[in-house]
Amino acid sequence: MAVPAYYTRGETIMYYAVRVFVALVLLFLIAPILAVMPLSFNSESFFTYPMPGFSLKWYNDFFFNPRWSGAVKMSFLVAIATTILATFLGTLAALGLSRANFPAKATIMAILISPMIVPVIISAVGMFKFYASLDLVGTRLGIILAHTALATPFVVITVTATLSSFDKTLMRAGASCGAAPHTVFFRVVMPLILPGMISGALFAFVTSFDEVVVVLFLASPEDRTLPLQMFSGIREMISPTITAAATVLVLISTAMLVTLELLRRRSERLRGVAPN
Amino acid sequence: MAMAQALPNDGVMRAADGTPLKVALARAERAEKLKAMALVLPLFAFIIFSFVVPILIMLYNSVYDPDVAENMPQTVVALKSWDGKDLPPEEVFAAFVADMKEAQRNKQTALIGKRLNYEMSGIRSKVVATGRKIGSIEAAPYRDQVIAIDKVWGEPETWATIKRSASDYTPFYILSMLDLRQNPDGSIEAVPADRAIYKSILARTLGISLLVTLLTLVLGYPVAYLLATSPQRTASILMIFVLLPFWTSLLVRTTAWMVLMTDGGVFAGLLHLTGITWFLNLIGVLNGEPQLFKTRFATVVAMTHIQLPFTLLPIYSVMKTISPTYMRAAKSLGGTPFYSFIRVYMPQTLPGVAAGCLLTFILCLGYYITPAIVGGPTDQMISGFIERAINSENNWGKASALGVILLTATLILYYVYNKLVGIDRMKLG
Repeated sequence: MAVPAYYTRGETIMYYAVRVFVALVLLFLIAPILAVMPLSFNSESFFTYPMPGFSLKWYNDFFFNPRWSGAVKMSFLVAIATTILATFLGTLAALGLSRANFPAKATIMAILISPMIVPVIISAVGMFKFYASLDLVGTRLGIILAHTALATPFVVITVTATLSSFDKTLMRAGASCGAAPHTVFFRVVMPLILPGMISGALFAFVTSFDEVVVVLFLASPEDRTLPLQMFSGIREMISPTITAAATVLVLISTAMLVTLELLRRRSERLRGVAPN
Repeated sequence: MAMAQALPNDGVMRAADGTPLKVALARAERAEKLKAMALVLPLFAFIIFSFVVPILIMLYNSVYDPDVAENMPQTVVALKSWDGKDLPPEEVFAAFVADMKEAQRNKQTALIGKRLNYEMSGIRSKVVATGRKIGSIEAAPYRDQVIAIDKVWGEPETWATIKRSASDYTPFYILSMLDLRQNPDGSIEAVPADRAIYKSILARTLGISLLVTLLTLVLGYPVAYLLATSPQRTASILMIFVLLPFWTSLLVRTTAWMVLMTDGGVFAGLLHLTGITWFLNLIGVLNGEPQLFKTRFATVVAMTHIQLPFTLLPIYSVMKTISPTYMRAAKSLGGTPFYSFIRVYMPQTLPGVAAGCLLTFILCLGYYITPAIVGGPTDQMISGFIERAINSENNWGKASALGVILLTATLILYYVYNKLVGIDRMKLG
């Protein structure tokens, strides 16, 4: 990208100033995340450069200390259950909401999306009190139910967005060819909205997998999720194992990001929109 | 055909089975509507049950407070006829002794003391001590014996406080979160300045949120502009810088900032290396090495880092829709690039700016994790105080009242956002 020939000197300065500014902002965005990763290989337990030596001991702790590996297992269990529940409930609702003339659509949508907007501390405190009366505090079921409530808005939004560009005559075409409604759904609708469902599911997974505040109230001390283990670790005693955990989590989110981007491209190809 | 002949020839359009077309259509639409509702119902019911009801119950707790009414039933009844001027009559003290004996048996005196202590500090231990000694009072006259246990029972103010807490419902928590209180006569006044702390927490929460929103806008706008106007290949690469942090969990990013900002950590080293520490020392802003961890500075920097993509992405998606022909037209009409940008381009990006800033502001209001980790005690926002009210103070009334305030602010902004942007058009990723 060269400066257009007709730019005046002042405009040229602006042109470069904007680019330098943007470069600095992008550095600000990415540098903290990248700067932490090498520290997880530090042989000493402090957080600064230059590092005196290289060591994998924090990863050893992360993967083999039952406190951490148990938390990882717990996190995956809760996140997978949440994803399944949220994707199922959210997709059904999105299918219903996308039908024409749905009564009070805006209000219902606002209620379904509200878990995303209400400050999570309020959700956590409310659920803590209510779930305590149902004996759900300290159980995995309680956490899964709470996370599902927090995660479904993402599924509803992504699937609704996919459905808005979905050609409904295809459903009628399917029906007129003699397919039963469920056949139409599984053979016609689902393949087309699958990218939306999967990105919704990914959002749901990440929402649950990263969530701290609700877990802080609902989890029993022996059964922590990974973010809770990190959070309590930070508050109690800072161990560099946290940087190892952070690095692993960054890698997981990178994998999610790549998957999502691939899905987006596939979805655009399916709909015949060239990636612009 | 026989059926068709049987139909009246009144000009009404009919379906094959003879029902008027209008009726058939309405019937089909009703069936469609029911089907659509049946699809939404499971999630709707689930959200109501697992999310809306718990929150409503919590909000109810901010005004519902039966601790005194339940544990001092006779006293509460006896106090009804008391005019509040002098000491209550003998029968109030009789009722009080009976209630306290009962409460002592049920181990509820601490609860009564805790509740009264919110309004009269220092009374908790006196209530508990009175409960222990109340068994020794066996016969009338009660009044002098009760006052002999503790002088506090000889003060009309104590009884006014009990009378005020007697109802199942109290405005006390909500009022005190706004630094207001109710006088014994029922009028509302501001609490003395030395006890007014909650307004400053509100102001701090709003202030930090506003500052972070402004910072994300200033930092994000040029980035969004460059992303939207760069060639596709460059833009996708730059986008990674925005989306990777966006997808990294809030806790991980906060952890990263904590690690970087520890005393003598990477950030301090960077300031030292670039000479900023030296410069700040020179102009007298700083004395020695900077203290970053557990400060307002660290809180705002980390929150800005986390919220930047939330402000940036809506602006970007609006900028994507602005055709470059507008700018070309403006320039061809003689506008300088700067002038054209301000007068032609910027007004068109305002919907994105509003959406992004509102979203960030709403999310900032509820921040808990980041100030808790990288902020100091004076950087905690409302959410932090809610957490503390429950986990450290076990004060549900206070937590709920703070929750009411936070939720009200959030929902008003959410309503504005919904009107302005439309919640279903929220962009994700």
